[in-house]
Amino acid sequence: MSQMSAAFLILAIVTMVAACAAMTLRGLVHCALALAVAFAGIGTLYLSLGAQFLGLAQLLVYVGAIAVLIVFVILLTRGGESDASPLIPTGLPITGIVVATTMLALLAWAVFHSFAIHSLGPPATPATVRELGTVLMAEYVLPLEVIGLMLTAAMIGAVVVAMKEKQDTQ
Amino acid sequence: MTPLAGCLLVSSLLFSIGLAGALTRRNTILVLVGIELMLNAANLNFVAFWRFGHNAGVSTGIIFGLFSIAVAAAEAAVGLALILAVYRHTKTTDLSLLTGRAQ
Amino acid sequence: MLDQVFVSLKHWLLGYSPAAIQPAVSILLTILPILLVFPVLFALTTVLERKGLGRIQNRYGPNRVGFYGILQPMADALKSLTKEDIVPASADRAVHFLAPLILLAVAFLPYAVLPIGRNMIAANLDAGVLFFFAIGAISELSVFMAGWSSRNKYSLLGAMRAVAQMISYEVPLLLSSIAVIMAAGSLNTVEIVNKQAGFSGIFPHWYVLTPWGFAGFVLFMIAATAETNRSPFDLPEGESEIIAGYYIEYSGFKFALFFLGEYLGMFAISGLGITLFLGGWGAPLPFLTWVPSWIWFFAKLLGLIIGFIWVRGTLPRLRMDQLMNFAWKFMLPMALVVVVSAGAWRFLPQGVTRWLISTLLLAFAYGLLARGVETRNKIAKRIYRFAE
Repeated sequence: MSQMSAAFLILAIVTMVAACAAMTLRGLVHCALALAVAFAGIGTLYLSLGAQFLGLAQLLVYVGAIAVLIVFVILLTRGGESDASPLIPTGLPITGIVVATTMLALLAWAVFHSFAIHSLGPPATPATVRELGTVLMAEYVLPLEVIGLMLTAAMIGAVVVAMKEKQDTQ
Repeated sequence: MTPLAGCLLVSSLLFSIGLAGALTRRNTILVLVGIELMLNAANLNFVAFWRFGHNAGVSTGIIFGLFSIAVAAAEAAVGLALILAVYRHTKTTDLSLLTGRAQ
Repeated sequence: MLDQVFVSLKHWLLGYSPAAIQPAVSILLTILPILLVFPVLFALTTVLERKGLGRIQNRYGPNRVGFYGILQPMADALKSLTKEDIVPASADRAVHFLAPLILLAVAFLPYAVLPIGRNMIAANLDAGVLFFFAIGAISELSVFMAGWSSRNKYSLLGAMRAVAQMISYEVPLLLSSIAVIMAAGSLNTVEIVNKQAGFSGIFPHWYVLTPWGFAGFVLFMIAATAETNRSPFDLPEGESEIIAGYYIEYSGFKFALFFLGEYLGMFAISGLGITLFLGGWGAPLPFLTWVPSWIWFFAKLLGLIIGFIWVRGTLPRLRMDQLMNFAWKFMLPMALVVVVSAGAWRFLPQGVTRWLISTLLLAFAYGLLARGVETRNKIAKRIYRFAE
């Protein structure tokens, strides 16, 4: 515990509380806003771990775009008015919670019984933007191009799927 | 508890919270929210191992996280477009009403 | 020497504090000027804007309160502090309360990466420009929170319009900055300013004086006007349309906080435009380098603010569909062409060739896009009907 700073602890607690709130609140827009807080918390965790570019990209993409997109879709599907998801689930949803708890137990066991966490490696070199750019253009240029194509395809696909269909009149 | 274990524990908790939400909630948008939380938890894992693991100076963790963010953004966009299209047909986003519907 | 007066002052004050709390005092001494100077600039800008708009509209602005109306911000502050804080009964109290706070926090953060003078930057981040845009993207959420929490149809409508507008104009904003980042080779704001520091003859090496830089600067400023919801892009908060858009239901101090947030956003994005295109704190002419660097920054900032006020007083408001068409069908392709032109500039040898090719690329794209957009939305010929 002595090695974990107070900043990390506070950020971790805020993120987890926001994630719990995102999954349990009653109003849909509240869930979406709590999700935005969780994303911001995770982005700040990345910043505290020294991944500057990734943390800022997380804030820009997740909080600035994906959270706003989720909020827009909530408003477009009028979910905020009539969402009545029961807080205490009855019947089938209990299975979901049991599965998630089992998964948590499994992951925690794996974390605490692995050899990797007991011996820290050398400190990571600071990933400057210049180094990331060099690596992206040298080693990872193929995934970069594929990501470009995939984003284009996803954009076109999303527009086509969400477009209003032409009304076939008689 | 080493810092690495702390980060991995946080990411496991986030993953299970996302999983619980995705399996429990009845609204499709909240299922997507759970999926996004799970993706973020996995990203946090990558960054934790980049920072504290035996890596000798490569930035693979960050590059993977960057690509994962891009893929998650594309998937959220397409998923939400699908939710919109389904809403336009069936006027509901409630999963319990949507399952088993013959389209 | 006058140039570094604030840095020396900070180091002198730091010397007087005990060694244990020196990091905290250092951070405080860096942040305090930002927290003091920019709200004072906001107060001056409100009076400048009202008098400037008044003069453009052939009337005096406020001239009762002080010497030619200069104490008007005091009166405004007193009014907004003493007004009753009304919260609608059906409003979502927590979100309603948090929205102006988040807007304010997000409005102050970008100043950390703006280099106000030589050695005068609050946080020399390696990815400074990305930090700026990430924080700017967060402000969209606070606008939405303000509009939605009021449980008012018009407020929500204004918020949706504002968020749609901000998202649409974020893309040309980012693309025109990418051209500068490409040319400078770094996301660090201090390095971008340093790359624009030389002089060739009497012309500085500012990026705005290159063809792609000029086009990029114009695109950046238009997108900045739209990002901060300033006229002619102020449909979401149009005073004659939707009465105040997403902050209808706010009164008193929270309303003033929204105004503060909007103006601070305007200053921040002008500051970024100055850093990226206008050479930051650099002097425009080689024989003027004796003037302190921070004076140049604030002079350029004042120039851009006057530009904003001028445009507000002159141009009519854009309609929502005109706004969106403009962003997606004109500005986005134009911004992409600016990036290509910047690339051509970077890799061609110095001389007339690269000026010619850059300018031709941009002129060709502009001609195609501007003429193309115009012929598609032709206005119908006016038909006059007279009583028989």
